[in-house]
This record gives sequence, structure tokens and C-alpha cells, in this order.
Amino acid sequence: MNIIKKLKDSLGKELGALTGLILLGAIMTFATPYFLTLTNLMNILRQSSLIAIAAAGMTFVIITGGIDLSVGSVLSLSSCLTAGMMVSLGWNVWLAVFLGLIAGGILGIVNGVLITRVPLPPFISTLGMMGVARGLSFVYTDGAPIYGLPESFKYLGAGMIGPIPFPAILMVIIYLISYFLLNKTKVGRYAYALGGNEEAAILSGINTKKYKTIVYALTGLFASISGMILSARLDAATSVAGDGFELDVIAAVVIGGTSLSGGRGKIIGSLIGALIMGVVRNGLNLLLVSSHWQRVILGLIILLAVTVDVVRKQSSEDQDGTLSSFFAGLKS
Amino acid sequence: MDKLLEMKGISKSFYGTQALKDVNIKIEPGEIQAVCGENGAGKSTLMNIMTGILQPNEGEIIFEGEKLTNLDPRTAQEKGISIVHQELSLCPEVSVAENIFMGRVPEKKRGMVNFKEMRKEAEKVLKRLNLDIDVKQPLGKLGISEQQMVEIAKALSINAKILILDEPTSSLTESESQILFDNLLRLKKEGIAIFFISHRLKEIFQICDSFTVLRDGVHVGDGRVADVDPDDIVRMMVGRELDQAYPDKGTEVGQNILTVENISRKDEFENISFEVNEKEIVGLFGLIGAGRSEAMQTVFGINQPDSGKIKLFDKDITANNTRENIDQGLIYITEDRKEQGLFLDMDLNANVVAADLEQVSENSLVKKKKVKDIGGKFVDIMNTKYASLDQPVKSLSGGNQQKVLLAKWLAVDPRVLILDEPTRGIDVGAKFEIHTTLRELSNNGHAVMFISSELPEILGLSDRILIMHQGKLVGELDADTATEEEVMMYASGRKNDFEN
Repeated sequence: MNIIKKLKDSLGKELGALTGLILLGAIMTFATPYFLTLTNLMNILRQSSLIAIAAAGMTFVIITGGIDLSVGSVLSLSSCLTAGMMVSLGWNVWLAVFLGLIAGGILGIVNGVLITRVPLPPFISTLGMMGVARGLSFVYTDGAPIYGLPESFKYLGAGMIGPIPFPAILMVIIYLISYFLLNKTKVGRYAYALGGNEEAAILSGINTKKYKTIVYALTGLFASISGMILSARLDAATSVAGDGFELDVIAAVVIGGTSLSGGRGKIIGSLIGALIMGVVRNGLNLLLVSSHWQRVILGLIILLAVTVDVVRKQSSEDQDGTLSSFFAGLKS
Repeated sequence: MDKLLEMKGISKSFYGTQALKDVNIKIEPGEIQAVCGENGAGKSTLMNIMTGILQPNEGEIIFEGEKLTNLDPRTAQEKGISIVHQELSLCPEVSVAENIFMGRVPEKKRGMVNFKEMRKEAEKVLKRLNLDIDVKQPLGKLGISEQQMVEIAKALSINAKILILDEPTSSLTESESQILFDNLLRLKKEGIAIFFISHRLKEIFQICDSFTVLRDGVHVGDGRVADVDPDDIVRMMVGRELDQAYPDKGTEVGQNILTVENISRKDEFENISFEVNEKEIVGLFGLIGAGRSEAMQTVFGINQPDSGKIKLFDKDITANNTRENIDQGLIYITEDRKEQGLFLDMDLNANVVAADLEQVSENSLVKKKKVKDIGGKFVDIMNTKYASLDQPVKSLSGGNQQKVLLAKWLAVDPRVLILDEPTRGIDVGAKFEIHTTLRELSNNGHAVMFISSELPEILGLSDRILIMHQGKLVGELDADTATEEEVMMYASGRKNDFEN
């Protein structure tokens, strides 16, 4: 009994998302015999890893009360840069990857600086970066895909360790690191603090500018990791890669129970959110549902997830008798 | 004893308004000093300068014999100057321990939080305040008074030598306040100097050693609390004799304007009937939860009654919505000016005309000049203190914000005014001006009804008093002959004239 309660406490809001994931899995298992096979499950993990990895970074940003719309463009630009360095310049694969990731981090830092020093609202700053990075990606590649990536690089996307795809392992590692950062380090704890009450954080002497910038740098870095995996899997880096990616990433975080008004959320929720999206896409593909209808269904799932969250929050606030904070939450 | 802190010749201005002018203040270790003044007198500004949140234009701060220049919040904290703000500045989602150590979390290695150490230290600080709470739980789970103690613990945890408390009791009950005072006396024994900002004179005389009074940004007096009585401090605060705390009562009652017959709303109130007449102020008293605001909001049309009738000038307005009622001259002024009454980021003009844009429009287009004329006119009628009509309302003091709120509703030319706690949280001077305005409106033929939780205000301002208890009207008294005890008898449910 005690253990169940503890588990429930530690999972908190994520319990809902987890239940949703299991339920979806069960439905898909009944709906199609192709769903519950090792190959297919591994396939889902591989597909979900792209969104999941970027969502880990996005979780930090959203917990601070911000948003990053530029992850899709950053994914594209960093992967094109890396591909260019490998293919056109013939540089060492790992040096190219390293520099590509650095580029992603720098784009994130630029976001952070614009947001904290100008200061621009995160929505505007990253909306601008979304255009700039995407444009630069087109300029760099002249709109043509870069093919013929080295075999050792392709391992990032297609490699297997035993039955498990390499991207899935990378995803797990990144979530372990993110969990540690968010729960055990100052960066994470201050992210909650400044998302919950920025004024209080400033008055407490927290260097909010520094920690916000770190958080955007992290998102840029994680988005470019997704970029590497994507181009490695497709064996091509393109300037159109990751178009609309930012919305999938934000959706994963939101389905996972992180509040867009900041201050609350858990990293594990975003992983579950990404997996939910992966399971739905995969299941609908297996059921031969057209991609047009898939968009409709994914949209409905986002609405459902947030509605469940809001209603649950409302009822727990009612019990506490502090409805006003709920209204305050609605307003922001 | 040696001075711990001395501030000399402090001046500060905003938006061209002089908020502080040549103010001096000092404190010794173990001293509890009251800082008094009406809203807008400059108390908060002074405290914000002391804690490095604002920089003074002139003057110097000497702390433990050392002159502090370009003080910022972090340095002030490190020196040991801590403030507990009126509005709690904590993060509800974060644990109690983390809130206490926010900005200074102990680290294991670089960047890694040492939770064990932090919890141990947090418990230690809370113990100084005789508080035994689970420091791992999110702060939001605690009650308001406990949250406030956590704030004080936070201030103490940085080795505070000076603790500033800004209206610490405004959201506490009497017994919670007592716990706070016990803690303050404990800290006083430890040699901590405390600045205590409060509107409640009773508390000042209960706990403070000394006082400083500010008026309109100027230092007007200080001394030992033992040497003065409450009236002396009030006189210094308002700068005039309080020969008459309330305006004269009305002399005659005009014709009936608003009639409410047996209105009920499930779980809120039942069978409420009353009349409000021209040239009359009716006070509605009741304890919290008596259903006063709910009943008045229903009269105004925010909600519709389940049964009963509401008539304005013999016209049935029971089914009216708020817009229709405003157009017919019935208005309701909310008790919550910040959340429900004003657009805090908009300027004075825009706020005043917000309830009726028709009168400042031509051909459906808002005319800037008309906004200025009408905005300025009503803000001045209310005697509001401001630097510019273009300044945002949030830059005004509470009392002046309340006047802008009133100005906004006067601009729609109402006949019946229902006001919910019109003077809550505002200073004595602004209160008197609002009372005077209400009486003038009434004398000019308006019907005024107000809700208040303050007995002296109910007795002093009203001509007639209505009392509610648990959703029912239980008494109606003539304000000239009623006493506080009598009103309380009804409000607490021990007396009921309308048993049914």
C-alpha cells in the first residue's frame, strides 16, 4: 500500500500519461497483430527517439515558462552543417558531429541571449530564430539534399546494439542525464523556481539570465542531436528536415503533463508523451489510416491530454479550496 | 547601543513624482521599529532602497559603520538585510526547503544540489520559529500563515541582522498574528533588528519599541512607542486633526429607487428583500461567508436569481445582464480592484473610460481627446494623486487606485451605486475622501449601498444598516442608534428579526 502510494506520488501527473500510453498499446495490440512484435516495438522506439530527445530539452524551457519554436530549424541547420563538413570538406566524422552539436548549442545560446538581454519574449525570439536557422540551412545547401554520408555516421541512425536501435539507447541516456540535471542540479531546481515565480527568483538573487540561457542552449544542443539521428537514418541532410518538428516536440511535452505556464512538469512525462505520439503514428500506419487522418487524430490526442490535465488540476484545487490560483493559472 | 543601520537624506523620484524626500531612519540591534504612513507615503520605496531593489537618487546608507553604495539585492542579502514582502514571493511548486534556500542552495560538487544538507539546514531554521513542517513538500500545500513563516525562515537563513516585514499580518487571523509576534519577540532577543510595516496601530503598540512616520515621502516624526498614544501617530500620518472621522449623515430620504423582493440563489442566499432610496447610504454587514457579495452581484446581474424580483424605478430588471443594468444606472464596484476592477497596465484615462466607450466615441471610433477630457475630469473629481494621466494605474498607491476605480464608475453617470468593501486596504486619508465622495453622491440624489467588514465604517458611514447571516437577512437597524455590539449580535446569528 505504502509502495503504491509512493509510486503514485513520484509519478504524480505522469500517471495519467502512462495509463494513456498503456491503454493505447493495448488498443493497438487488439487492433492489429503486427503491433506487438519485437521488430515493431523497436521501430517505435527508433521513431520516437527524434521527438523524445528534443522534447527533453524543451521540457526545461517550458518549465521556466518559455517556449522554443526553433528546434526544427536548428535540427536542420546543424545536420546540414555536419553533413557538409563530412561530405564536401571530407572532415573527420566525429569532429563534424561535434561541431554540428556545438552549432546547435550556439543557436540556443543566441536564443537565450535575445530572451534575457534584450529582452524579447521567448515566442518572438525563437520564432525569429526559426526563420533565420531554416533560411541559413537553405542558403548553405542551396536547397539540395546532401547525400552519401559516411557509414560510421549512419550508425547513429541505423545502428543496433543487440535487438535495440542505437537511437533508443541514446534517448535513454539523454533522459537519464536530463533527469539528473532537472532534479539534482541548480540548473534544474532554479528552472522550476523561475518558472513558478520569476519575481521571487530574481529577488532571491538567482541569476535568472544565466540559467535561462543555459536552458535554451540545452534545447539547441538536444535538437541538433535529433538532427544527427535523422540525417543518419535518412542518409541525407536536407534543408526541409524537421519542418513542423517544433510542434510535435511541444505536443510531446504537453501530453506529458508539463504546464505551459511554467513551474511544473517532469522529465519522464515528456518521454511518455513522445512515446504516445510514436505509438499512435505507428499504430495508425499499421491500420493503413491515411496520413491526413493521422494529423486529425494526433490533434485530438493533444486536446484530450490537456483537457484531462486541466480538469484534474481543477478538481484537486477545489479540494484544497484555492480556486483562485486556478483562475490565476488560466489567466497567464 | 550602537546603530546597526542608518539611512541619511534619502531621496527618490519616479515618473516625476517625488516618492521620498530627504528621509532619515536608523535602527539598533534588537529593536522593533514600526514604519507608519498612509499608502503612498513612501514606506515601500524606502524599504526597497534598503534592500537594494531600488537605487536612491540621493542619500547614503551606513550599515555597521560601513557606507554601502550601489547596493543590489544580492549584496544586501549577504550583508544581512532581508525583506519579507507583503505579497508572498515564493514558488508554490517548489519544496519548502528549496524555497528557503532559493538562490543559495548548498552544493555537493559544482552545480549539484546537496539536498540532505539543505533539508537539515531548513529544519534548523524552522525550529528557530518553533515550526515543525515537512520541508520536502511543495510550498503550495501549506496554509498562508505557514507560507509566511517560511518566508521569514528564508530571511533568517541568510543570517539576517535586519528583518523587514511589509504588512505581515494582512492575510493572517488574530491567532496566527499572535504566533508571528511570539516569533518576532524571540528574534528580537537574538539581537535581530526588525522594521515592522503595518496599518494596524494596535499591533504597533503591542509589539514595537519605536516608530518612524512618513507622510508624502517626507519624514514627519519618530520616537519611542511608549511616549505616544495611537492618536498621535494617526495625526502625524494624516497631517491633520481627526476631529471627525466620518462625514455628516444624510438628513432626508428621497424616493425609492431600488427594490429587491425575496431573491434567492441555491447555496448562496435566500429570501433577501430590501429597498434603497435616493439620498440614502445603506450599509450591508455580515461575516465572511454570509453571502453579501453573492447577493449584491446577483442584484447587479452577474448572476440571475433562482426566484424573486429586482426592480429599478418600478421597472423589473430581474433578468437584466450587467450591461443593461449599467445603461440604466445601476453599478457594482468590486472588492478586488487588482484582479477584477482595474486594468493595471493601462493608464488612468483608459481605465476611467473603460466601462463606457460610447461617450468617448464618434462614429464608433474612440476619440483620444475625449478620453483625455473625461478621464481627467473624473480622476480629479476623486481627488486622485498622480503625476501624469498617462501613467499606468499600477504605479499608483492602493488608495489612489481605489479612487481611479470609483472614477471609472462615476464616469458612467450611475443612479444606484453598490460598492463592495470600498475602502479595504487603503489608508486613513484616502478612506476619508472616499467616504466624503459617497456622502456627496448621496446628498445629490444617488442611492448608495456598500458592503463592509469594518464595524466602525458600517456605523459611521451608513444611514441604515442591513445585516446578513448565513445567506439570510437577519436585521435592519437605524445607524444613528445602533451599536457595534448590537450589529455583531445579528451578524453572529444570535439575533434575527426576520425569523422565517
